[in-house]
Formats: sequence, structure tokens, C-alpha cells
Amino acid sequence: MRSRRWRLPDSASASTLTAMNTEQPPPPAVDAATPPPSPAQPAAITLELHELAASYGARIVFRGVSLTLQAGEVLVVSGANGSGKSTLLRLLCGLQQPTAGTIAYHWQGQVYYPIAARPLIGWVAPDLALYRELSGLENLRFFAAVRNRTPSDAELYALLEQVGLGGRGDDLVAAYSSGMTHRLRYAYALLHQPPVLLLDEPTVTLDTRGAAVVDQVIARQRTHGISVIATNDPRELRYGNYVLTLNPV
Amino acid sequence: MATMKALLSGAWAIFCKDIQSELRTRYALNALLLFAACTAVAVSLGVGFLGLRRDPQSLVIQSSLLWIALLFAALNGLSRSFVQEEERRTALALRLAARPTAVFLGKFCFNLVLLLVLDVVTTVLFVIFLRVEIANLSLFVAMLAMGSLSLTTATTLVAAIIARANFKSGLFAVLAFPLIVPLLVIAIQGTTLALGGGAWSQGLPLLQILSSYAVATLVASLMLFPFVWEA
Repeated sequence: MRSRRWRLPDSASASTLTAMNTEQPPPPAVDAATPPPSPAQPAAITLELHELAASYGARIVFRGVSLTLQAGEVLVVSGANGSGKSTLLRLLCGLQQPTAGTIAYHWQGQVYYPIAARPLIGWVAPDLALYRELSGLENLRFFAAVRNRTPSDAELYALLEQVGLGGRGDDLVAAYSSGMTHRLRYAYALLHQPPVLLLDEPTVTLDTRGAAVVDQVIARQRTHGISVIATNDPRELRYGNYVLTLNPV
Repeated sequence: MATMKALLSGAWAIFCKDIQSELRTRYALNALLLFAACTAVAVSLGVGFLGLRRDPQSLVIQSSLLWIALLFAALNGLSRSFVQEEERRTALALRLAARPTAVFLGKFCFNLVLLLVLDVVTTVLFVIFLRVEIANLSLFVAMLAMGSLSLTTATTLVAAIIARANFKSGLFAVLAFPLIVPLLVIAIQGTTLALGGGAWSQGLPLLQILSSYAVATLVASLMLFPFVWEA
């Protein structure tokens, strides 16, 4: 059975979780004993946050965030600048440690905490830099190799095509525009077909066609796993099954 | 077994990427080679053809100067592989994709190759400018290789530590110096022996100390690096 729970912080300034009315059909119930996923079927992954809190020194960014997200669902995290959207995403992939609370990924009968769960995560963020002295293709080949994967060049070119960089894979990243660099970040994140996709400011620097690529990526991820999107662009709220609004504590 | 294979394949990928990046940017190589050339020329202008003097004190001075040149070039260049990742913010992508141990091993191998290239260039320059004569070449090469291995094991972890600090170059020297002093003393003794034509039987105990140092620092670095990398 799907379970969903959230708890508001006990402070006056609350973080709120809202269910959105989306057109997507509800995701199927997921059982931990489900066999390994096929691309057409949501992966058996669950993300569970329990009483999560983050602070920088004495300043509390947010606290008391508890929720469960299941395969096929998209969570949009919104809020003003400094409310902790990017911080939450960094906590989810273990780039930062929470002040309190736990984050757990349940995947194929095992529980993974953020650092151990990194092979399951694809992360796109404006502050994610790739190697400028390498070409787009060389970047992808390198990151595939460190993830112990050996995709063919044809597969890598297809991935570049998917993110709208067809024909530019052999150019050095230094020659890319900011929008093209952001598209390459998507290719980096999708390279290992992760069941969890974390998108920080997903359409920043992208043109209309780039935004359409993001639409496709998120739509495809619904059949593949979980997406968490941090944004303060009201147009991007539509992506979410749920919207978590963070308010400064 | 599969885990070890994945680890080594990740380390190899990082090593190859660093070599490829270095060949395109010459970020560290130019600085190291320039430093080696400047040092050899400056020393030769100061002391002349020191290599022509074969008394024990001159041999000690020759090997000390060689290791000082290598040390300062290493302190100047070996931290760059980690510093560059942090400064250009590519460390985030690497942190998410690669295992910490693979990152350490890849960077370690890259630093070792860099230092071995520096060894060759510096030695050739010293031979040319100072007329240094190497009486036992095989022992000299072994001392240089083992000393460089030890130097790399000691400095690679320190480079990872300082990469996220503000006062990088100064901190690197300060943190690395106490670790490096013991190996420098042994390496200088061994190199002096090789320059003077000492036998392998005399050099072997020094090589054993250097190799023990390298193994100890490598094991400690492998254990500590994940904490440094994720800090």
C-alpha cells in the first residue's frame, strides 16, 4: 500500500506539503519484492524523509520535514530564495549532512542512505560543472567509466540527441553556451538511468526547446522512478504530484 | 572481486581523464618543468660544476640540491589535481559519480606519473648544468623512483585536504612538510650513496625504509581519504 505522511514544523513558519491535481494516472502500488524494473515500469524505489532539518550555523533553514515519495511521483520543492530548496536537494544526494532527521532510499529490498544511494541518483543543478577542456562526448564517456558502465558511442550520441545536443557532442564544453552546458548536465544525470532524479532550477538558462527537453525527461522519469524538483518558478509547479513549500524558519 | 575490478576501472578512468586534461591545459606540467629548469640554472650559476667534485661533502650537497628541487616542484604542482577539481567545481560531479577510493587512486597515479616525469627532467638538467656524475645508475634510479613514490603517497592526501581550504599553497607546504622530512632524509642519503658509487647491499636498507614509508602512508591515505573527500 502506498503511504504518505508529512508533519508540519512546530514553529510558526511552516513547510507545507500539498497534493497537486495532475493528469498522470496514479502510480501502481509498489512492493519491495517486485523484480528488477524494466524501463516501462516504475522502479521499486521509495524515498523517505523523517523529521529532516538543516541549518547553517545558528540559522535554521528548515526543520521537521517528513514525507514519503514513491516510484512514479514527482515532488516539487518551492519557496523563496534562501528557504532551503537547493539545500534539501544537496541533502538528498549526500553532498551535505542534515542537522537532524534521516533520509532513506528503499530500493530492491535494501535501505540506502544518501551517500551510498548515489549510484541511484541523477543530479542536475546550475552549480554542477563538467570538464571544459573535454568534449561533451568525452565527459559522458568519462562519467560512464567511473560509474563502471561502458555505453557505446552510439548510445552516448543518442543521449546527447535526447537532450538537444545532437551534432555538438565532439565540441569542447568550453565552447558551449550556458544553455548547452545545462543540457549536458541532463545527459550527465541520465547517463546511468537513475531511478531518482534531483533537479535544481531545471529550466534555468534553457530556451523553449530546452524546456521541452525537461518536460520529456520528467515525463520519462515518471515511468522510471522518482523526481524531486527545486524551483521558484510558478510554471514548474505543474510538474509535481506534490508541492513542498519551504518557508524560512 | 567485482568490486575491486570496478574500483580499479574507476581509478583508471580518472587517471586517463587527468592525463588527457593535463595534456590539453598544461595546468601543472608547465609549472613543474619551468620550476625544474629555473632551479637547475640558478643552482648551476651559484655553485658551478659541482658534479666535478667527488668528495663526500660535495656528493651530499648534490643529492640535497636535487631533492630540494624535486620537493619544491612537487609542492608547487602535486596539489593541483585536487585544487583544480574544487576551483572549477567539477569535484561535485566527480563526488556524485565516483567512489572515493577510485578518486584517490586515480589522482595518486596521476601525481606519481607527473613526479616521475619531473624526476627525469630535473636529473637530466642537473647532469647537464652541474655536471653531476652518477656512479651507480641503477641504485640512483631505484632511490629516485622509491623516493618519488613515497613523496606522492604523502602529498596526495594532503592535497585533498587543502583543496577545500582558502590558503591552499601555504597550507599544503605546512601540512606536507612534517610528513615529508623523514623520507627526504633517507632519500638524500640513498642518492648520495648512488652518486658516490655505493653498492646495492648498502642501498637496500634505505630502499626498504622508503618502501615501508610508502606502504604505510598509502594504507593510511586509503583509509582516511573517504572522510576527507566527503567532509
